[in-house]
Amino acid sequence: MKYQFKQYNILPGFGLTLGYTVVYLGLLVLLPLAALTLSALQMTWPEFWSAISSQRAIRSFALTFGTSFIAAVINTIFGLLIAWCLSRMSFPGRKIIDAMIDLPFALPTAISGIALTAVYAPNGILGEPLARLGIKVAYTPIGIIIAMILVGLPFVVRTVQPVLAELERELEEAALGLGASNWQTFSKVIFPLVLPSLLTGFTLAFARNLGEYGSVVFIAGNMPMKTEITSLLIVTHLEQYDYAGATALASAMLIISFVLLLTINLLQTWSGRRLK
Amino acid sequence: MKIISIIYSLALIALPFGLVSCEKQSEADSLELLNVSYDPTRELYQDYNKVFAQHWLAKTGQNITINQSHGGAGKQARAVIDGLKADVVTLALAYDIDVIAEKTGLFPANWQSRLPHNSTPYSSTIVFLVRKGNPKEIKDWDDLIKPGIEVITPNPKTSGGARWNYLAAWGYELNRQLGNLDKVNDQLYAQEVEQANEKAQAFVTELFDHVPILDTGARGATNTFVQREIGDVLLAWENEAFLSIKELGTDKLEIVVPSISILAEPSVTVVDNNANNHNALAAAQEYLSFLYSPSAQKLIAKHYYRPALPEHADPEDIERFPQLIMFTIDKVFGSWQQAQKTHFNDGGIFDQIYVKGSNK
Amino acid sequence: MLFFVQNKYNKGLMPPAWLNWTLVVISLTFLAVFLLLPLVIIFTEAFRQGMTLWWQSISEPEALHALKLTLLTAAVAVPANTIFGLAAAWCLAKFRFFGRNIIITLIDLPFAVSPIIAGMLFVLLFGARGYLRGITDSLDLQIIFAVPGIILATMFITFPFVARELTGLMTQQGSQAEQAALSLGASGWQTFWHITLPDIKWGLLYGIILCNARAMGEFGAVSVVSGHIRGKTNTLPLHAEILYNEYNFSAAFAVASLLAFLALVTLVIKSIAERRKKR
Repeated sequence: MKYQFKQYNILPGFGLTLGYTVVYLGLLVLLPLAALTLSALQMTWPEFWSAISSQRAIRSFALTFGTSFIAAVINTIFGLLIAWCLSRMSFPGRKIIDAMIDLPFALPTAISGIALTAVYAPNGILGEPLARLGIKVAYTPIGIIIAMILVGLPFVVRTVQPVLAELERELEEAALGLGASNWQTFSKVIFPLVLPSLLTGFTLAFARNLGEYGSVVFIAGNMPMKTEITSLLIVTHLEQYDYAGATALASAMLIISFVLLLTINLLQTWSGRRLK
Repeated sequence: MKIISIIYSLALIALPFGLVSCEKQSEADSLELLNVSYDPTRELYQDYNKVFAQHWLAKTGQNITINQSHGGAGKQARAVIDGLKADVVTLALAYDIDVIAEKTGLFPANWQSRLPHNSTPYSSTIVFLVRKGNPKEIKDWDDLIKPGIEVITPNPKTSGGARWNYLAAWGYELNRQLGNLDKVNDQLYAQEVEQANEKAQAFVTELFDHVPILDTGARGATNTFVQREIGDVLLAWENEAFLSIKELGTDKLEIVVPSISILAEPSVTVVDNNANNHNALAAAQEYLSFLYSPSAQKLIAKHYYRPALPEHADPEDIERFPQLIMFTIDKVFGSWQQAQKTHFNDGGIFDQIYVKGSNK
Repeated sequence: MLFFVQNKYNKGLMPPAWLNWTLVVISLTFLAVFLLLPLVIIFTEAFRQGMTLWWQSISEPEALHALKLTLLTAAVAVPANTIFGLAAAWCLAKFRFFGRNIIITLIDLPFAVSPIIAGMLFVLLFGARGYLRGITDSLDLQIIFAVPGIILATMFITFPFVARELTGLMTQQGSQAEQAALSLGASGWQTFWHITLPDIKWGLLYGIILCNARAMGEFGAVSVVSGHIRGKTNTLPLHAEILYNEYNFSAAFAVASLLAFLALVTLVIKSIAERRKKR
């Protein structure tokens, strides 16, 4: 069989759009990332390794990836639910809520962090009753997760919403007409169609959470080994003019994120292909 | 058709970058200076810039605009190293200015000897801010490690001010062990000093056991203490403590002065090469030396900094500053470089406090 | 009944009322706890000291300059990333080729890069000891600690939005419609304008809205490359932080609420477009 770079397709514009994509991607993303790589290459391997394998670094990786993952999962579940309610139901206030979803993006992360802390600190509106129940939210990993839920939510809702809105309801009609129950129609017809965009939303929210800094530092408490995220550790290195250490951590973070994202994207292509 | 599309798309790629490069900054007609400073000096320089602009106009007949940039001291120093065109830097630690000189060579390494008082026109110290009425009866450093006391300080790794807090606590314990800080630099007492340093490390370790939250910056910590009502005592710059009482309410907070603390010396210098590049060297130099003038010193005291020349300040402003023993960093820790290396760099004592602490 | 929930369409899957109720109540609770409460805090803080002070805080010269800079940044970053997004989505969604997944992942990457690192990347390129310093110096360009650096950092951060929003949607829609149009003799552009674009317009709009919101609200990366010069290189988010650090809480939240309003403007445009379409 002859090796094919791309599968045959009658649609035009492949070369043009791919070329454009690659050039733009190269200039805006790859060039800066190349600078990071170049700068990381100036370190010797033992230096690099000791920077990323210190106890604090490993704890911060575990914390960052753990909280990001949990927050992204919560966002995916509730994001789907919210997108469903917004696109398939009508209830008073729907439009207002629809408009509000994007606001976490527009707010400077520092301000959302401050506002969240005000809500969840032991003297806050929700923090106080929770504290009386013995649940500490602010200044614990739970606080970090909450900050990440806030900044990641629009991703899931806004990727799933257009797909739900454009879904052909004839398909559902057909399924229902053939005697499928509501649940079967949802799980066998709708869910598989939404799954790719749901995965996209999850990936984006997860990725965003990994890098989140501004809002997290306010609510995290920033205790080394306990609530110190990797981004903060990078800033810490920069503060002591240790550019090399910062670069090492940043590139380690980047490589792990790249591998994770690539895996999820491959999974998505695979799940999309299985559908056909 | 195809060629046209390609030209189109190349133009589209180039457009944003073209726009970016067109956005050049216009050169202003009158003289401009950029003062890169740290967080707590905003209010001071806002007022001082007005006074200086009048002074400069009277002296040379030239209008001068002073632009301000504020942020964490380390971040600000890094920006100057990376190319922020500061004409003068007025930072929290001499160490940060040393690093700029060392990494860029924009001004000589002996910068600190170019202005009186080690280039420190104003100083401050570290005090305690407690809740009104001092319910936990905190009087001195050793009260901070009593059971149940929560101490708020920013992270010494990310905040210059917090490094002063940490070193002040260290110096207190060292002084208590030795009885006299002069022994630190005396070879005769080398062994005694070593033991005292071990005690001091234990003291500081215990102190940080009482810290529930490490904010990244001084004002973040103030906010945690005042707005979130967390902790019993906030370690703060004296000027910040005064300011937060003024801004956030005299009915909520009060200052407690420990028996001994550190003399915090924020330093200033001209960034010669940057200022020279736009013929502003004379103005930049005047900007800093005018800080030692009577009117500037008066202003400094008003803004709760201890003026280098207190005789020029209003006596009632000076009266606000409590008397306490203050030691310098050079005396107890050798120099900022040394203190930074031993205590705050990667793997330093501060890191050990936390890595060990969580392995218990 | 004061509060009622019903299905929007009388076609397709129509869950029973009790289920709808449950779903909506769960959604609303979730939103209230995680989204609404922080927003309420911001707006009450912003207006705590009255409309006059709110207006003063956003109409003082430094705030106005920050607003201008923020709008300029969005005006460059959003169109640039929208065009890129359309091109990228077309080739990624309609074609299968070697390396497709790698490109998709690379597009995602700016999300995973901490804003602090994103800023650092541009410092590494254009800083005083940056790799491209030779080029920018010979052109006498000041990139970093000036407006171009802010725009570049924002473009980097908001780079993936439109592309990612559209790729998923266009993949899900497949390309039968386009193929039909082409086989009926339509040109490539015609197919795109008349077949593809109407199908993806909501996705495109969401992408642009998200991109715009984020471009205006970006804080971390911009804070690294801006230099924080008051009245020169401060965007609205940076200005809000400065005010906050001056214990000027109301003004800080006022500026933040202004950003929220700006984001709402795009949504108003969206609903006007929706209404037009219905007529």
